[in-house]
Amino acid sequence: MAITFDDVRSVTTNAERARRLFGYMRQLPMIPLFVLSLLGFVAIFADVIAPHSELDPVKPTSAQCQALYGAPDCPYLEDVPPFWSEGGSLTTPLGTDFLGRDVLSRLMYGARISLIVALMGTVVAGTIGTLLGVIAGYMGRWWDQVIMRVTDAWLTLPSLVFAILLLSVRGPGMWNVVLVLALVFWSRYSRAVRGEVLALRERDFVKLAEINGISKTRIIFRHLIPNVMNTVMVLFSLQVGVAVIIEASLSFLGVGVPPPEPSWGLMLAQERDAMMEGKWWLAVFPGICISLLVLSANMLGDWLRVRLDPQLRNR
Amino acid sequence: MQKYVLIRALYSVITLWLLVTIVFTMVRLSGDPVEMKGEIGSDPAYTQQLRHDWGLDQPYYVQYASFLANLVRGDFGHSFEKSLPVTTIYFQRLPNSLKLGFAAFVISIVIGVPLGMLSALKVNTWWDSLGKLVALLGLSVPGFFVGLVLIIIFGVNLGWFPVLGKGQSAFVAGEPSTWVTFWFRDWGHLAMPAFALGWYFSGAMLRISRSGMLDVLGTDYVKLVRLKGVPEAIVIAKHALKNSLIPILTIAGLNLVVMLNVAIVIEVIFNWPGVGLLLYDGLTNRDFPMVQGVVLMSGVIIVLLNFTIDVLYACVDPRVRLSR
Amino acid sequence: MPVSTSPLLRVEGLKTHYFGFGGSRVVKAVDGVSFTVEAGETFGLVGESGCGKTTTCHSIVRLLSPSAKIVGGRIELEGKNLLDLSAREMREVRGRRIASILQDPMASLDPLFSIGNQVAEPAYYHGLLRGRPLHQRVRELLAAVRIPSPEKRLKEFPHQMSGGMRQRIVGAIAQAGDPCLIIADEPTTNLDVTIQLQYLNLLKELQQATNVGLIFVTHNLGIVAKMCDTVAVMYAGKIVEMQSVRGLFYEPRHPYTKALLDSIPKLGTKEPLYAVPGQPPDLSALPPGCSFHPRCAQAMERCRTEEPPEVRDNSGRTTRCWLTQPQEAVHA
Repeated sequence: MAITFDDVRSVTTNAERARRLFGYMRQLPMIPLFVLSLLGFVAIFADVIAPHSELDPVKPTSAQCQALYGAPDCPYLEDVPPFWSEGGSLTTPLGTDFLGRDVLSRLMYGARISLIVALMGTVVAGTIGTLLGVIAGYMGRWWDQVIMRVTDAWLTLPSLVFAILLLSVRGPGMWNVVLVLALVFWSRYSRAVRGEVLALRERDFVKLAEINGISKTRIIFRHLIPNVMNTVMVLFSLQVGVAVIIEASLSFLGVGVPPPEPSWGLMLAQERDAMMEGKWWLAVFPGICISLLVLSANMLGDWLRVRLDPQLRNR
Repeated sequence: MQKYVLIRALYSVITLWLLVTIVFTMVRLSGDPVEMKGEIGSDPAYTQQLRHDWGLDQPYYVQYASFLANLVRGDFGHSFEKSLPVTTIYFQRLPNSLKLGFAAFVISIVIGVPLGMLSALKVNTWWDSLGKLVALLGLSVPGFFVGLVLIIIFGVNLGWFPVLGKGQSAFVAGEPSTWVTFWFRDWGHLAMPAFALGWYFSGAMLRISRSGMLDVLGTDYVKLVRLKGVPEAIVIAKHALKNSLIPILTIAGLNLVVMLNVAIVIEVIFNWPGVGLLLYDGLTNRDFPMVQGVVLMSGVIIVLLNFTIDVLYACVDPRVRLSR
Repeated sequence: MPVSTSPLLRVEGLKTHYFGFGGSRVVKAVDGVSFTVEAGETFGLVGESGCGKTTTCHSIVRLLSPSAKIVGGRIELEGKNLLDLSAREMREVRGRRIASILQDPMASLDPLFSIGNQVAEPAYYHGLLRGRPLHQRVRELLAAVRIPSPEKRLKEFPHQMSGGMRQRIVGAIAQAGDPCLIIADEPTTNLDVTIQLQYLNLLKELQQATNVGLIFVTHNLGIVAKMCDTVAVMYAGKIVEMQSVRGLFYEPRHPYTKALLDSIPKLGTKEPLYAVPGQPPDLSALPPGCSFHPRCAQAMERCRTEEPPEVRDNSGRTTRCWLTQPQEAVHA
């Protein structure tokens, strides 16, 4: 008795489909996806959901000025603690910084900076690196030698050190940071991609394309690049975390995103002295944000890596 | 073995040359070093003077030639601020960074490798989950944040450790008595920065020890050793351990590069007078030759380190030293 | 084949199952396997990939992956049930009383230790020999497997040897503990065809010299014909037919055996190649009745519903098939 396609379809009920979808979703890494979506949401809609401006100090009320300074009027309230501490208030739930700006709002706008810089920098670096890696791996011979030697030399320069050098000459600024990130990190991709391509080009489908006289450019774009995307994706998700930390470090050191923009790294730097005086929250909150972002990106990257490499699945 | 060492040495020289060329080119492509020093709206005659002093008004190939010539002679430029050769100041500060880096390295091995191997031996159990969590935290929470938190908790609130600086011990090249004592004094000052610096690498070491050990445990040769009836303790200590060292060494090498990065910020936070802080001071003082000099020196050190690791490989793995 | 009263190895009703996904998915890799091996006898274990031959071998030495468990049966080596032994006692059996040869010679030796070191390990760690006598013994072992200039080779490393030499070294390692039983799991599959014959001859020689029992796992019936005295054909975790080599080739009784024999290409004819139709079964979801029935050309109604028992006849042959159930059979 032959089983027809229609028979199979009619057996799958809606309940079955729902169950299958649910099972599929259970496999997704929920926590990192949730955190990343949340951060992404905050970054995109910061203008709308942030309680205050990220650049201007919170306008204090008379009562507050009276309480803090003993005068009815004051330009801003500096170093207000979080709302659960003595002296805090719910209008500024996470407190204010040394210029009276709301920490929560600055954190939200800071998400925007971290995400834009990290994502864009990594994408550009990935594009350059992948292209060069494919060319090196596929074209071979002296293309390979030259590109790989340069890649190796590039890799011996520590990323932050190199980035500092370039930014010191170029000057601080968000887009400069993106540019520098791209310039510093492309070499990580070219290395990995070249390895993949070396293996790929011996595969039958590539040989077949060559025999059929398809041009090298077409082979590169139609066959090789789609097949290295797995590796690139994994590398990408792991590199985003690195990019976030590097951007934070650069801003911390003063060569990244300049004040008054609320880069999380910059917030950390600005509050070091306050921290010594015991106002720990000003430094801890941005640090927690950075950690959460990087943690989620890394967890996602790990999950991707296991998903895309069947050999690792049982570990 | 000799041939191998020679080839690696040659390779290192090529990398060095490429490295300095990359620095040279990228700096010139990124912008104008003079702008860095000059304030906005400063006197054009002043910037012109600077440009001339630094040889930046020459055609590029002339600049490049003198750049290389200087480097080969050991001249990495003169610090603007301190009017001393960059190399002099750099080597003065280097022992401090080495002390910090070495301590961090030791911490990362002591924490990371045993935990990683334990994770592998007890894979998919409680221990493994703990190990994987520690690794993830190590790799995700930035070292400088850890440093700040440590300062808050242990330095300010509990007062267990001194917060800034490295203490009194100094490595004075001229006084041999300091050569040994330097490494062992003032541990209190070293504790927090070394831990903060080693944080990331503990995570990395844990990961690679775990995966390296898992790979080795799954091989046919380990299976055969077990089939020979060799006690399990020997299987691990003799065969698994040595074979796991290879990937661990690789990662150790790669991570030393990253350590230089993290060290910069750690040194700034803890006011540790090493080369990282030197770089930062150069930045804040707009001292371009200093910044460039430190970057170049870092590259040189990395290349030397990689060379050493390559030689170490040959010592551990007979396949490397007996081939070619 | 006479039924011996004191076989070297007796396996009875061995069942080894793999438990995956928290215990919900059970793979019955070995499901009721029984056979005996005499001293000096070569016992062949034949079947397709995934039929359970390797798991059987691993079960005998009790070196299974954590997700596998021996859930039933007895394994008696010289009368003693190995399943009763503690972990420590079992370790003393491995390498010393039962030795193993694995399939891939390129992966069987630790790349970081010298040949001499690795050949010496069984004798050393079982406390048999130390120092000079050990060194002497290693040299003898290497000479016995025809390794040229053994003294030099002692200090060399595996990557300096060819595949054939490495497999011979593995053979030397197997002899090092002076075992009474050797389990060889497809030892020639990864060797060059020209080397295979040499190696098989070597194994035969060693066996004759020391009178060890040899369990030879393979999927190659040609090797079976050359090497083995008794053969068991495995399918889906069970032995479906077991008899002497001659009997198997001239009077195969199980349809699967017949199909395997038919699929050996014959020289000199232009007949199309025959392959056993269908795929090996999923061991976690076996069909009801006889496991082979979906692929069997002679399947009857009974085969689809009832699983045939293993039946031994007077001459010691066993068959697991409804087609061959003689009336006066005694259940094995």
